[in-house]
Amino acid sequence: MASVRLVGFGWRHAGRRAWAVRGVDLRIDHGERVLLLGPSGAGKSTLLAALAGLLPADSGEQEGTVEIDGLDPAKARERVGTVFQDPQSQLVMARCGDDVAFGLENRGVPGDEIWPRVDEALRRVGFPYPRDRPTAALSGGEQQRLALAGVLALRPGLLLLDEPTANLDPAGAELVRGAVAGALDPDTTLVLVEHRVADALPLVDRVVVLTPGGGVRADGPPATVFAAHGAALAAEGVWVPGHPTGSRPATGPPAAGLLTADRLGLPPRLAPTDLTVRAGEALAVLGPNGAGKSTLALLLGGLLRPGVGRLTGTAALADGDARTPPHRWRAPALAGRIGSVFQDPEHQFVTRTVRDELALGPRRTGRPEAAVRATVDGLLDRLRLTRLAGANPYTLSGGEARRLSVATALATAPRLLICDEPTFGQDRRTWGELVDLFADLRDAGHGVVTVTHDRDFVAALADRTVTLHPAREQP
Amino acid sequence: MIGLEPVATPGAPLARRNPVAKLAAGLIFSFVLVASLDPVAPAVAIAVELALLPLFGIRYRVLARRAWPLLAGAVGILVTLLLFAADRSGPVLWTAGPLLVTSGVLVTALGLVLRMLAVALPGVIVFATTDPTDLADALVQNAKAPARFAIGALAAFRLVPLLGQEWQMLTMARRARGVDAGRNPLARLRLFVATAFALLVGAIRRGTRLAVAMDARGFDAGTPRTVARRQVFRPADWLLVAGAAALAGGALAVSVALGTFRPLIG
Repeated sequence: MASVRLVGFGWRHAGRRAWAVRGVDLRIDHGERVLLLGPSGAGKSTLLAALAGLLPADSGEQEGTVEIDGLDPAKARERVGTVFQDPQSQLVMARCGDDVAFGLENRGVPGDEIWPRVDEALRRVGFPYPRDRPTAALSGGEQQRLALAGVLALRPGLLLLDEPTANLDPAGAELVRGAVAGALDPDTTLVLVEHRVADALPLVDRVVVLTPGGGVRADGPPATVFAAHGAALAAEGVWVPGHPTGSRPATGPPAAGLLTADRLGLPPRLAPTDLTVRAGEALAVLGPNGAGKSTLALLLGGLLRPGVGRLTGTAALADGDARTPPHRWRAPALAGRIGSVFQDPEHQFVTRTVRDELALGPRRTGRPEAAVRATVDGLLDRLRLTRLAGANPYTLSGGEARRLSVATALATAPRLLICDEPTFGQDRRTWGELVDLFADLRDAGHGVVTVTHDRDFVAALADRTVTLHPAREQP
Repeated sequence: MIGLEPVATPGAPLARRNPVAKLAAGLIFSFVLVASLDPVAPAVAIAVELALLPLFGIRYRVLARRAWPLLAGAVGILVTLLLFAADRSGPVLWTAGPLLVTSGVLVTALGLVLRMLAVALPGVIVFATTDPTDLADALVQNAKAPARFAIGALAAFRLVPLLGQEWQMLTMARRARGVDAGRNPLARLRLFVATAFALLVGAIRRGTRLAVAMDARGFDAGTPRTVARRQVFRPADWLLVAGAAALAGGALAVSVALGTFRPLIG
């Protein structure tokens, strides 16, 4: 059991001019289940970190008060449990049971009580494996379930979930939501941050909407809040249920072929696959985890050497290089023909500022400086990054980083764009912008290939789909 | 690369000794051998190590597979020394053109190579028979190492395999951005350094997130820690340490008795 009280709360990270969150007055009582909403940059994660007692006094400046059961959160940390977004970086131990036991050891729970509590926590989240299962052998969804078990074992009065499903595919996200639903009891207060409102609603009975820098805008039962603010929230990027997204079917038939894959594969990651990629067509690659979708994207992008089969670029794509396979093209030539957008935008950043990041590709392909500047300014404007031109790419928010990574791939004006899960964890606004951007490219005669789990995205954009099946297990 | 995950049969009598005892025994064994420059003491030590291998539950073939880089290195050093060592004293054993192998060269080269193997093998055996979690537990419980250090290192260790995948990703991402080095060695070096820097930045960011998650679960918060997995230091563990010291001393004694002992100092 735990209650939360915030009075005029605000927090500014050290070295920043803007307040991450400000003017928040909020009371959450024992056992309430709250969904915390707001557009990107409203300070949801900062507020959660404040409740978790994870904002050390020397890391920024605080305004107002925040209390858990009348205590400073730094002193109430035993009452609070937090599950974060990234499954990889919250598991500590090599074996599942040991990981759940880790928190219990830290809290000084007597040795003979630890294992019964570990088993109970694993049972509550429906964990299907024995305690000695290696944590490295779990899927993302299973890892998040385990992280939840590790938190529940500590019997927190207040459970904080910071977008626990944002990095997961739909099946993994469903696993985690099921585990949360099954594990909640009337004694646990819940505060959840989640973009995908429809998926979160079954777990909560109250919605709190934050405004960037402006405290609480709306607060109440979901139906009431969405009736009054649904349209405005949807426009700001929140995935409000009942506000459908637009769709952009192709305006013309596909044109020339760009790439031909002939029994292309990389055992055991990808079984041999036949495929044609055409200009003026948006192709979506679907399939369950482990089917080799990301591997196919890397192969089509000329970034991996094929294990079997062949990939050929047509004359329309490859000019004089049509007889050389794409993985042997020089990098500048490749970047001028095929743009690849990786799942994790941070893998792709090479320079110190957003502007340099965009200028890199055109410079490498030998454009004159004036043309480079024109390209960069055009992309900054089109992807709402002008304000951030001087910022370090690593300091961007998830949506900004995604827009930048797509923009860098477009900067060399490639004929073909290949994206791996471009919409993962994106808010509704960035999502819509990506659909429009890809549709414009396609209608201008570019080829677009997206590897995705996002069914809405496929429905809105794709002209053709290819479904991969897992390569047969090696005996 | 030498693998670090355990490969032993878990029930073997010496494999299930306390990890701290195994580590101490390995260190003592190695350090005693460093004391002599002759080939006899390390040869005896290697014979002892190989003879004890079944007690650690390691099959010879498995050891060979794991330690092959070590063996390859040893052969390389042996050949290099035979060809290029300055000391050509002693009777000539074999000659072919400009190549002249004398007994002095052979003894020095063998001494160095055998010493390297004898010193490295205990380490290979300890890590081949020890689970990293058990080692961290034993370091905290039996060697009074700070949990902050031992458990922190263990958590970081778990992230190491991810670095290989990360490197591959970064390399491909750079190529996709139009960055490659071609045949220019200087550009290659620059690209390597830049990629390594990006890897480091990524590792630090991931490490920071992990540290926050550990914090959130009460790690190092000042509460006295309890232990879920008890590690006990038994009399048999003391015996293992004492046995290692005795066997290493024995190897030196054989060397002294045969008159081949050449102390490192003096």
